[in-house]
Amino acid sequence: MSTKIETPTDSHGSSEIQEPQKDSSMLMQKEMINSNYDALTNTANNGKKVCSTFVPGNLNELIQSFGLLNNLPETNAIQNAMRQQSGGMIQTAERQGHSEDVCTYVKADIGMMSKGNIAPNGKPMPNPDLLLLSYTGCFTFMKWFELLRQEYKCETVMLQVPYQGDGEITQNMRDFVVKQLKEEVIPALERVSGNAFDIDKLRENMRRSAQAEDDLVWVLESAKNKPTPIDAYFGAIYYLGPIFTAFRGTQQAVDYYRVLRQEIEQRVKNGQGPITPGGEMTKERYRLVMEGPPNWTNFREFWKMFYEEGAVVVASTYTKVGGVYDQGFRHDADNPLESLADYCLGCYTNRNLPKRVDMLEKYVKDYEADGLLINSIKSCNSFSAGQLMMMQEIEKRTGAPGAFVETDLVDPRYFSAANVKNRLESYFQMIEQRRQGNMIASAR
Amino acid sequence: MSTVEIIKRCEELYEDTYFTAAREWKAADPSRRVIGYMPVYVPREIMHAGGMMSLGILGGGDKLEVIHGDAYYQSYICRIPRSTIELGKTGRLDFVDGMLFPSICDVIRNLSGMWKLMFPDNYVRYFDVPQNYKDDIGGNYYIAELQELREGLEKLSGNKITDEAIRNSIKVYNLNRKLIRELYDLRAEMPQNVPSNDVYLLNRAGMVIPVEDHNSMLRKYMDAAKALDNPIRDNCRIIINGSFCEQPPLNLIRSIELAGCYIVDDDYMLVNRWLLGEVPTSGDPLVNLANAFLHESADSAAKYCDHHEDVGMYLLSTVKERQAEGVIFAAPSFCDPALLERPMLTDRMREHDIPHISFKYAENSGQMQPIREQAGTFADSIKLWS
Ligand code: SF4
Ligand code: SF4
Repeated sequence: MSTKIETPTDSHGSSEIQEPQKDSSMLMQKEMINSNYDALTNTANNGKKVCSTFVPGNLNELIQSFGLLNNLPETNAIQNAMRQQSGGMIQTAERQGHSEDVCTYVKADIGMMSKGNIAPNGKPMPNPDLLLLSYTGCFTFMKWFELLRQEYKCETVMLQVPYQGDGEITQNMRDFVVKQLKEEVIPALERVSGNAFDIDKLRENMRRSAQAEDDLVWVLESAKNKPTPIDAYFGAIYYLGPIFTAFRGTQQAVDYYRVLRQEIEQRVKNGQGPITPGGEMTKERYRLVMEGPPNWTNFREFWKMFYEEGAVVVASTYTKVGGVYDQGFRHDADNPLESLADYCLGCYTNRNLPKRVDMLEKYVKDYEADGLLINSIKSCNSFSAGQLMMMQEIEKRTGAPGAFVETDLVDPRYFSAANVKNRLESYFQMIEQRRQGNMIASAR
Repeated sequence: MSTVEIIKRCEELYEDTYFTAAREWKAADPSRRVIGYMPVYVPREIMHAGGMMSLGILGGGDKLEVIHGDAYYQSYICRIPRSTIELGKTGRLDFVDGMLFPSICDVIRNLSGMWKLMFPDNYVRYFDVPQNYKDDIGGNYYIAELQELREGLEKLSGNKITDEAIRNSIKVYNLNRKLIRELYDLRAEMPQNVPSNDVYLLNRAGMVIPVEDHNSMLRKYMDAAKALDNPIRDNCRIIINGSFCEQPPLNLIRSIELAGCYIVDDDYMLVNRWLLGEVPTSGDPLVNLANAFLHESADSAAKYCDHHEDVGMYLLSTVKERQAEGVIFAAPSFCDPALLERPMLTDRMREHDIPHISFKYAENSGQMQPIREQAGTFADSIKLWS
């Protein structure tokens, strides 16, 4: 079996890294992502309506049950970053008066509009018929859609997802979300689509979601193996494409995750390491837990700094922003609206900081990681505010060393390759020294 | 008492990062509790009804040396969370029994969790508010949140917080809001007698002393200010927008006035003016607080605006009401809510030909010269073209 690392469309996006060969799952994924862009850019002929919404806490099963297409602005920003387009778009937005201090996803999106809203397939993106602002885990979303509404002047509906301030979902929070779904979101979807709400369709979609989620969790947890057959950050971002975006709840996603799981099962059986753009990793030297989103403008270069050193990510939190499935949550067709509420409420950045630290601690221990690496993103307060403390806590609780690199999501001005590389190199040295120290200590 | 004496007292309170007044209040009775809160809004009535003092924490200002706090934040995050951590880590808040972190942005939100880890014995609550303003949706959610807050505070203080007590506290805060409204009206009417330096310091005093004392302080100040006969200057009338969380150094406010601008409205310390009208004092007090929050509260970037047509209309109406000639958008660096909203607000101002300028500050900004120049040029241009 062979592999091409293709186009991830993850929690916040997608990429393009060329490799000579392809796995079946990669081919399937590419086709799926392309088909969604083709459907989106062909609404004049297919008569479909478009709903723009965000990745974390997205209501894909519900959106699909109304026959709407799903467009995710973060994904577009990432696509543009991978194609080295985002820098110009961000500067266009800044020239229009947007501050250099705010989230670059927003500016990339606004800049993309100014440049004709061209989709990655080269065709113009249709204007959304509905802005579904389901804001989970980040306040920026709220203002982002106010800005988009100003531009598109289309129907906008908001789903407020309360924050888990005390690290738990209360009945009041759940009731609030369900009430909004019933009285705000569903009526808006009915109005825009012209279709009545069909709970059975929603249930069917949710059943399929749960199936795909089972397989995804299996794949992510395969990183407990030594060597790990996957990279649970750079590699996993590709795996998350379908489930975090327009495909959760579809048969295509079920098929994709089944095939992916079979491929990884095979890798485990063969004792193989993960596939990287540099080929299969044959020597696993450092196992890391990663916190924070990746950098997209230099994704490939960034990844290379890891695999060249034999560093592999065995667990990451970014792969949980579109849903935390490895801690037991599954979409539940028997309680569809409550379950959608729990899904939104449970996304990674909607969990309070102590819970996020607990999760990282568990990852470091369960995945037998050598340390925690944080990629701190200039754009993103939702992730970044508090990360230094998270690092200190993890070091204290696990004894594993932490390290910090700083980049941005889609703004190329904030990726300093030399700087990042230096930090990583010293970090790997630190892990080495720690190991030698441990060996000496245990020999005594 | 003269305005100068009152403001001198306010200045002492402002500069006292050990919060001596609140400490003394607490020390007078061992059953007393103090609850800190951050911007923008918390229902202080509920604390008051439980016999607790609410203490507004607005960062460390430009005098506090931040040593510990910087170790917790990257350079691209605003100043207020780091100086707040500094206050906590240096024992300046060691008498505070609980902290409320209102839902305003991701930084404050995450700080609530950091506080839980740093001060595990504190009562720490992330105070969520609805962005849905319908009574039976956002309203019900909010009432239940208020109830949870009430129960949490009851547990902390050991005092039952009765409906009657909340109704009484609403009365006290109604008076406080009324006086603050009067103060703002008075400044807009006679800015030569009521400088923004004074208004700001009076507002700040309200953060750190019992509300009853604040009420009498406001009354005395206004009585004295009305009697003054300061000459009116040929300043232009402007509104400050975007400073609702991290506060500018006092020097910045003074510099704007010195540059030829009378500030006739602002969004500093919105908690004092968040609820715009009288909150009813009969009936279910939580329902009344919720209704006031949903239907009669100030606007800020921390809120979701339901309809595009309404974006910036609050600011616009304030401009008209205060007969302001321009708006200064002054936001803290890296403040996502203020800076994301700013382009929408400037568009609205442009639509209505309202002159405006923008700049950023930090609570510890030292250099005032550029701001004075910018504000001065702005004031000149308004005078020239009006
Ligand atoms: S601030 Fe962070 S979570 Fe929010 S939209 Fe930007 S990148 Fe996404
Ligand atoms: S200054 Fe702005 S970004 Fe910073 S904590 Fe306050 S609201 Fe949040």
